[in-house]
Amino acid sequence: MKLAYWMYAGPAHIGTLRIASSFKNVHAIMHAPLGDDYFNVMRSMLERERDFTPVTASIVDRNVLARGSQEKVVDNIVRKDSEEHPDLIVLTPTCTSSILQEDLENFVQRASLDAKGDVMLADVNHYRVNELQAADRTLQQIVQFYIEKARKQGTLPEGKTEKPSVNIIGLTTLGFHNIHDNRELRTLMANLGIEVNMVMPDGASVHQIKDMGRAWFNLVPYREVGPATAEYLNTELGMPCVDIAPMGIVDTARCIRAIQAVLNQQGAEVDYEAFIDEQTRFVSQAAWFSRSIDCQNLTGKKAVVFGDNTHAAAITRVLAREMGIHVVLAGTYCQYDADWFKDQVSEYCDEVLISDDNGAIGDRIAQLEPAAIFGTQMERHVGKRLDIPCGVIAAPIHIQNFPVGYRPFMGYEGANQIVDLVYNSFTLGMEDHLLEIFGGHDTKDVITKTMSADADLGWSHDGLAELQKIPGFVRGKVKRNTEKFARDQGIDQITAEVLYAAKEAVGA
Amino acid sequence: MTLAQTQPQALEFDCDTGNYHTFCPISCVAWLYQKIEDSFFLVIGTKTCGYFLQNAMGVMIFAEPRYAMAELEEADISAQLNDYEELKRLCEGIKRDRNPSVIVWIGTCTTEIIKMDLEGLAPKLEQEIGIPIVVARANGLDYAFTQGEDTVLAAMAHRCPTADQVTSAEEKAERNSIQKLLSFGRKKEDVAAEESEYHDHPPLVLFGSVPDPIVTQITLELKKQGIRVDGWLPAKRYTELPVIDEGYYVAGINPFLSRTATTLMRRRKCKLIGAPFPIGPDGTRAWVEKICSVFGIEPQGLEEREAKIWESVEDYLEIIRGKSVYFMGDNLLEISLARFLTRCGMTVQEIGIPYMDKRYQAAELALLEKTCNEMGAPLPKITEKPDNYNQLQRIQELCPDLVITGMAHANPLEARGISTKWSVEFTFAQIHGFTNARDILELVTRPLRRNDSLKDLGWEKLVKEEAKV
Repeated sequence: MKLAYWMYAGPAHIGTLRIASSFKNVHAIMHAPLGDDYFNVMRSMLERERDFTPVTASIVDRNVLARGSQEKVVDNIVRKDSEEHPDLIVLTPTCTSSILQEDLENFVQRASLDAKGDVMLADVNHYRVNELQAADRTLQQIVQFYIEKARKQGTLPEGKTEKPSVNIIGLTTLGFHNIHDNRELRTLMANLGIEVNMVMPDGASVHQIKDMGRAWFNLVPYREVGPATAEYLNTELGMPCVDIAPMGIVDTARCIRAIQAVLNQQGAEVDYEAFIDEQTRFVSQAAWFSRSIDCQNLTGKKAVVFGDNTHAAAITRVLAREMGIHVVLAGTYCQYDADWFKDQVSEYCDEVLISDDNGAIGDRIAQLEPAAIFGTQMERHVGKRLDIPCGVIAAPIHIQNFPVGYRPFMGYEGANQIVDLVYNSFTLGMEDHLLEIFGGHDTKDVITKTMSADADLGWSHDGLAELQKIPGFVRGKVKRNTEKFARDQGIDQITAEVLYAAKEAVGA
Repeated sequence: MTLAQTQPQALEFDCDTGNYHTFCPISCVAWLYQKIEDSFFLVIGTKTCGYFLQNAMGVMIFAEPRYAMAELEEADISAQLNDYEELKRLCEGIKRDRNPSVIVWIGTCTTEIIKMDLEGLAPKLEQEIGIPIVVARANGLDYAFTQGEDTVLAAMAHRCPTADQVTSAEEKAERNSIQKLLSFGRKKEDVAAEESEYHDHPPLVLFGSVPDPIVTQITLELKKQGIRVDGWLPAKRYTELPVIDEGYYVAGINPFLSRTATTLMRRRKCKLIGAPFPIGPDGTRAWVEKICSVFGIEPQGLEEREAKIWESVEDYLEIIRGKSVYFMGDNLLEISLARFLTRCGMTVQEIGIPYMDKRYQAAELALLEKTCNEMGAPLPKITEKPDNYNQLQRIQELCPDLVITGMAHANPLEARGISTKWSVEFTFAQIHGFTNARDILELVTRPLRRNDSLKDLGWEKLVKEEAKV
């Protein structure tokens, strides 16, 4: 047992559900007790999703515990198939079902006989993988299922598209700024003259999967979700893959050059050097920013970076290599993939921290006293406590990290956004600091319209005690309203009863 | 119901598949750790439970709450580790860091399935570390959302002392903190004079966790009738749990407290006052009247009090009168809220509810029926263990003016032009007593007022084709 009250990556089934609900017309059925469908709330709230989340539960209750699920799961799958006609139903195990050790594979087999759509069991072990690993695995599983199906039916298309084309793999629902990265990557590909064969899984249909092989190569922007699929497509169909996250000016250029190499191997004869130069020096503002006086003032400032592998590694390199900021600590919570992270960041920071214990990170931040933090929501709150500004760069995230405006992290516009995020974090800290040195804001008392408390109006002990229970931000208003009420009523002692009578009278 | 039938119908009860969305009952730690100030809640479960709490509690999680997960790992599941030793290690750590007066173990689905004997381990460990350990099995296999509180309070009911256990003067004073609150800082003779204002009635203990301001309001409301509240389960601190002796009277303040009521009756030999719940001015009045009638007291001025409240919320009533409302059902407050909204002049189309205890809610159901007949409203169908998919089909057909539902369906319904109110807000808002009628209506009317502000824009439907549910 482990004492914990915060986790960076969710349980395995969340990863599976993120993949399933990213596809169009794929439905997930969880084998889970009542209340485990919290995923629907998160998707509906955080992404402000207009459509019903295609996830339902086949409820595990006392009866299931006593007699096993029997027909229940099969019935639920067949029912969903006839109600909504999804192309695919993914039966999703949860931690509960994994200890029940029911033969879910058998339910899937039986349901396949009656269902018109396809049915599959997500192959994830709750006690061994987390949300991110499960997402990576489930996507690979679905792709493999449909490639094999097409091969059996002889519908796997031969040959490549006429023009160079790409599959962008790993964009999912509830992914950090995935919606915006999606648009930015499509724009980048269009500028490079590369057709987007498909984006996987966000907004894709499972019927498209068989055509994945027509692309010239796969682009895997995120380290957490997509590599397993790209690897499978490489062994199965010999598709090359570019897995450099185009985040920051330097890495975007690296990514484009890798694409260039892959295409030229296949006889495309493209040269992107002029494009990279134009974008870097004149279109994007990030390179110019790093030479400007503003950024000069950031030289050598201390920062801590923490997040998932992709974002923490990329931001560490942007800070150190592109802005001259001193990264005293870079960390990730993807412990299962720690070697990759160390390899990516070791030369750009003083210290590497691999941990999913928020206490350990919080303590390190407190000891190092950086000028700014770039982390998850948890680090933002650590920053609040320690008075250190924080820019959020990775999940876990709140609703404010699903902005409506265009905020990619990838490509050339992404580089601009990162500049703003970094610069604003540091100047905030700087402003605060200067204010402190010069004795804060102008602190002349603001004259408010308070009613001066006359001597004829007293608060009894219980009245005061009750007033203290009212949240601070409305307490003043309630006090004023109550005193006004007491005056009008000719009451000279305000007790708890008077307070509530006033509330009723004026709806205070 | 044809027009020819003028006989009032009886309420119709239905039970569906139970495929509905609600919160897991472990969510009760979110409000109970705040209510019981010296407690610590340890949820013994998996990453799934932790993830739910972390996301459902939102900002609270960053305020160092007095709750934690005892996250079970593979070695716990396969019994390679000893439960007792593991729990002891964790609880000793909690004692060292927080020194609570009670540790509440919340059992989950996983502890049920692997049959971890929490009730057996607790007394032994309690002896060893010297802190009371209360076990509540608030899991999703058996319960929904607010029933979590019910399991915790039922377990707490066993821990309430009897009069002969409380002998020292200061403990007596501590266990009687509600009285202390009301006589705080007054002269002794004033207090004594006040004592005589109360009628001579058997001790009354109220049960249900509500914010402190509501405790004060409700206590004062009964004081106006000369009824003394001798204690409240739960109290602000575990060390202040009320004395409960055989023959005491108890009354529930929330509709989801069946187990607690049963425990108090059967195990503590109390007499339960079955009343509608003090939600809305009609419910509050009925609740107070019922308590008065049990004690043979003539209620004073309740009619005027209720009328005054109705008068003060008229601006809100204008907005909802004649509108229809549909409860999808997820927190067991549905019957009381439906009854209140019917009295406000709304038509209730369906009441979904996770679990319907017809005995514990008998008085509330009777009042609902009576209210419908008095208001000339059709009797709603009550659907226990609803099926959300079927409900969404019915909602599409009925086009209610307001759907009270969980967050999983709220945004998609809004996108289809159907106004919604998020049901969980009723659990966390202050809705009890005369004083808070306005707050309930503030919540209920909000979507309708929003509609009013945006009505000339002409974009209610924001999905392209009538997408399937």
